[in-house]
Amino acid sequence: MNVFVEIGYLIATVSFLGGLKFMSSPKNAKLGNSIAAAGMIIAVVCTFLLLKSNEIPTPNVVIILVAIALGTLLGKRMASKVEMTAMPQLVSLFNATGGGCALILGIIEAQQINLSTSFIGIQILLLLSLTTGAIAATGSIVAYRKLAGKTKDNRKAITVIGSRTLLVLIFIIPTLYFLGLLPISFEIFIFTIAFISLAYGILFVLPIGGADMPVVISLLNSITGVATALSGFVYGNKAMIAGGIFVGAAGIILTLLMCKAMNRSLLKVLAGKFKKTTLSTTSEEQNIKSISISEITMQLSFANKIAIVPGYGLAVAQGQHLCGQLQKLLESRGVQVDFIIHPVAGRMPGHMNVLLAEANIDYDHLKEMDEGNELMKHYDMVLVIGANDVVNPAAETKPDSPVYGMPIIKTHESKKVVVMKRGMSTGYAGVSNDLFGMDNCNLLFGDAKDSLQEIINQLKLI
Amino acid sequence: MEFIQNNLEIIYFVIFCVFIGIEVIANVPAILHTPLMSGANAISGVIMVGAIIMMIQIPPTNYVLLGLGGIAVFLGALNISGGFFVTGRMLKMFNTKK
Repeated sequence: MNVFVEIGYLIATVSFLGGLKFMSSPKNAKLGNSIAAAGMIIAVVCTFLLLKSNEIPTPNVVIILVAIALGTLLGKRMASKVEMTAMPQLVSLFNATGGGCALILGIIEAQQINLSTSFIGIQILLLLSLTTGAIAATGSIVAYRKLAGKTKDNRKAITVIGSRTLLVLIFIIPTLYFLGLLPISFEIFIFTIAFISLAYGILFVLPIGGADMPVVISLLNSITGVATALSGFVYGNKAMIAGGIFVGAAGIILTLLMCKAMNRSLLKVLAGKFKKTTLSTTSEEQNIKSISISEITMQLSFANKIAIVPGYGLAVAQGQHLCGQLQKLLESRGVQVDFIIHPVAGRMPGHMNVLLAEANIDYDHLKEMDEGNELMKHYDMVLVIGANDVVNPAAETKPDSPVYGMPIIKTHESKKVVVMKRGMSTGYAGVSNDLFGMDNCNLLFGDAKDSLQEIINQLKLI
Repeated sequence: MEFIQNNLEIIYFVIFCVFIGIEVIANVPAILHTPLMSGANAISGVIMVGAIIMMIQIPPTNYVLLGLGGIAVFLGALNISGGFFVTGRMLKMFNTKK
């Protein structure tokens, strides 16, 4: 291999790492993205340098260039058109393309590979990259369809049994094949495994519920990274190995963070399992106190510091821009407004932050859960909009509650809490919320967006 | 044993990558998790490099494989460009006071 190509791949690897490193502060993140993108361009250009030394047939080069041009243009178009609320779908879709690429690579390489001379380790790596790529591809497409509301959850027993059977087959068939116990050709073997993996990808995401989507997206992202790394081993390409491993690491870290924030183990999420709610908790009478919009407006205008706890309900109602307006309005009157964001708010990790950033809210006012909890006693009023389980004090006080142990935003420790709710329905975990009955808590019933608009209108009049 | 000896360099490389990757990414604050994920997603598009290497090995008369390979390159390019553009677009919104 050409020494320039080696150096190019080295630069690409370092820039991926540097890019990710710069992602750790909002100020430098944009630069980080550009560095990683530049590294990617270097890696691709270097690959062409590598080709130059060989004798390459023209049609192949033409196809490569056309494919790159089309992919780049379409990607740019999709990226510039997407709504921020639809970001999780888009990321899933792009993830599917990465997985699909790994799958096709595996299939083609399986036809080209010389079975008699190639090392068995390469065949195994090839198989693994194909399997992971296929699972990531169909899994991401199902995740995309679910996020876009095109596919419903499917928790039928047959889906779960089917997915487990396929998973077992994915392990057993290759074991038998490599032990020489299966009398089929390598090609048929590869196609069989590819097919099973594709089917497994579909069945494994189907039963997973809506609020568990952040975990699934992170996990699928991680799987694509692993597929890339495995494929890098097949080609002996270090930029691919390193890039793939970094993505795998990012995905798995986010997966575990999301699981922890939801108080669910990864296995339970994957199995689509839920704790059965014991109905005993609902029997307690709660003293619900409702509040009117004009009262809220008055109290807001006399407050010094308020906090807003946004949940997914806010994003569904497209209310983030109204939150931005409310913040601007209150700030112009000397009221400080912070946003306290639970790690699982939104449909993918960090989704709510992006939605609020879109509404022009300064990131200094976006507080993470722990920071928000420390400041909680200083807030004169906390507005909970479209969130429920993440503010339920039962997570700390009631060991028999399904949400027990889940990290929560301790809004009940503030001076006053107002929860905007559509009705008395329960949250995703299906439990009643002890917060509503507390002395410092008031409820405002109605559509979150309408209520926010009304508050803003009345504030303007004061 | 022989396998380990022959591939020692790559084994070191993988282990370092895993630890460095985890170390770097664990420091990313929750506020940036979405851009981190879509950025990482774009990086996994480096698989297109593999697709290009593979494309030159395909005989120019094997149209089926050429077509498939073309799709692979297309998907890789889509992943890369879409991922980086959308990350850039998101990060542009994370402004501090103007």
